[in-house]
Amino acid sequence: MSVEMWTWIMVIITFSLYFCIAIWARAGSTKEFYVAGGGVSPLANGMATAADWMSAASFISMAGLISFMGYDGSVFLMGWTGGYVLLALMLAPYLRKFGKFTVPDFIGDRYYSNTARTVAVFCALIVSFTYVAGQMRGVGIVFSQFLQVDITFGVIIGMTVVLVFAFLGGMKGITYTQVAQYCVLIFAFMVPAIFISLQMTGNIIPQVGMGGTLSDGTYLLDKLDALHVQLGFEEYTSGTKSKWDVFAITLALMVGTAGLPHVIVRFFTVPNVKDARKSAGLALFFIAILYTTAPAIASFARTNLIETVSEQKYEDMPEWFGNWENTGLIAWADKNDDGKIQYVKGDALKDKKPVFTELRGKYGERLISNPSKEKNELYVDRDIMVLANPEIANLPNWVIALVAAGGLAAALSTAAGLLLVISTSISHDLIKKQLKPDISDKGELLAARISIVFAIIIAGIFGIYPPGFVAAVVALAFGLAAASFFPAIVLGIFDKRMNKEGAIAGMVVGIVLMLYYMIRFKTGLIGVMKPLPASEWWFGTSPEGFGTVAMMVNIIVSFTVSRLTAAPPPHVQEIVENIRVPSGAGEAVEH
Amino acid sequence: MMTEKENKAKAYWKENIRYLMMLLFIWFSVSFGAGILFRETLDQFSLGGFKLGFWFAQQGSIYVFVILIFVYVRLMNKLDKKYGYDE
Repeated sequence: MSVEMWTWIMVIITFSLYFCIAIWARAGSTKEFYVAGGGVSPLANGMATAADWMSAASFISMAGLISFMGYDGSVFLMGWTGGYVLLALMLAPYLRKFGKFTVPDFIGDRYYSNTARTVAVFCALIVSFTYVAGQMRGVGIVFSQFLQVDITFGVIIGMTVVLVFAFLGGMKGITYTQVAQYCVLIFAFMVPAIFISLQMTGNIIPQVGMGGTLSDGTYLLDKLDALHVQLGFEEYTSGTKSKWDVFAITLALMVGTAGLPHVIVRFFTVPNVKDARKSAGLALFFIAILYTTAPAIASFARTNLIETVSEQKYEDMPEWFGNWENTGLIAWADKNDDGKIQYVKGDALKDKKPVFTELRGKYGERLISNPSKEKNELYVDRDIMVLANPEIANLPNWVIALVAAGGLAAALSTAAGLLLVISTSISHDLIKKQLKPDISDKGELLAARISIVFAIIIAGIFGIYPPGFVAAVVALAFGLAAASFFPAIVLGIFDKRMNKEGAIAGMVVGIVLMLYYMIRFKTGLIGVMKPLPASEWWFGTSPEGFGTVAMMVNIIVSFTVSRLTAAPPPHVQEIVENIRVPSGAGEAVEH
Repeated sequence: MMTEKENKAKAYWKENIRYLMMLLFIWFSVSFGAGILFRETLDQFSLGGFKLGFWFAQQGSIYVFVILIFVYVRLMNKLDKKYGYDE
């Protein structure tokens, strides 16, 4: 059976499963809609959190990124897992004890101020929207790549599916669908990894195989280092970023993870404080399975790729090479006219992406109009490493189809979690808490459902017509969360003296500074000014790592301002006393 | 005058902070310490086919993170029991 046939079968089976769960887990009240009634078991919540967390980027792009970055890729591995330690130890149990529905709820009550609440809602919306657009795009890409349908049509299918289970079930529907999606995505990620590990190193566990030996008796990583040096790259295990920048990016990603509203809100769904702690641990366990496999896949794929293409004749390339060339994700220009592929250090192209002419070269390759002067002849898009890996390793068609279904599960589950945060921000934090406090539970539920429809439509439009800056901004969503939420929440729990003046000043300064740095060094004010070069970075900090600096500034500002202004009123100090003690958490309640 | 209840809460919080500091110290050492700051030094040693610093950065730190959270869960469950906060 063809790959396309297999893919349709996998997609239809998994999507029907999600639909059935959605219908079974309909929500009847706002409490069910926002926090799944607060009765989700820690195990289910752990899986759901893991699926919510692992996006299209984790599933499709991360292993590819690491494969091209080598040691530098560790920033994602440590950054996107280490945040859960902070979450489990410093946020989740206390926010669960506090027992409201949303992060702006906590900020608004703890800092006894609607201004603080509004700032928080605003930050939540910025972070979630930038993030969700990337997911919808991911859905579109998987559909177009594997099923040969139009990206627009793919995005619309994705939107419809998310709409059904988010609209009907709210958090309850999303949680149970995510449990199923976790199972699909982890199975889809592990199967090819195990196959390839067995093939290359004879070890069934990829994490061990990565440190194992190849058939010629050399260690895989030593071989990879040697190949890299031979082709003029840095050693795979050494990397090129400065030590400070690796430090800053890792910390920004960790803190950003712990400050992301769609992750935090998951811990409102478990019955009590004890379960909140436990489910953070389980969530990280489920995430770690994928995150420790990804670097193994990265090193296998890198070795395979170099050995398959380097100094080989274009005409001898396997079938997958031509397929990916046809979709524009691989490009080759025979610069020295020897018919062989030279894959060495340097950019093969003048621009970021290849520009194809309609013509074919003398070996049948697609000609491009923008090759660079450097020796490197081959352009490989980083995103194809996970998707093409099963093909490169010659795995059966059903495994390739499985990867497509896994990519869709990862994108859909994350999109659903984010859309819920967006709709909750509007129906609960804005309408119920600020505009129309006397709205009935039924009315609020209706408002939540209407806002989720709007959020999906906007996200879909972003997915179909992606603005150029989205890709740049998604990575920086973490910096924004690190610079705004994290300090406000942690100080709200651990510093009883922190008051509204301090927290608001800190959040505003933090997010403005982060936005400024992003615009100045990454996006260049949407075309008006050119982004400044890396040589101008403050203390050599990349925009991705700047969240660390902005967070520290936030903390310093909050601390200073709070000590110069009046202490928070007694009832707020009582709230703090109360959340520090785990007993009597009750259910997540309204009021 | 502080009530007995307040005293208890205060003592509980103090022990909690002590655990927190201890665990965060380990969290920092395995990732930022072994995986980043002292990587080159550790890379002189190896663990199977891995250079040790590289292993901490791409594998080891993640395993330790998972263990840390479960240790925290255990410690806190015991602490809750000691102070009668378990339900």
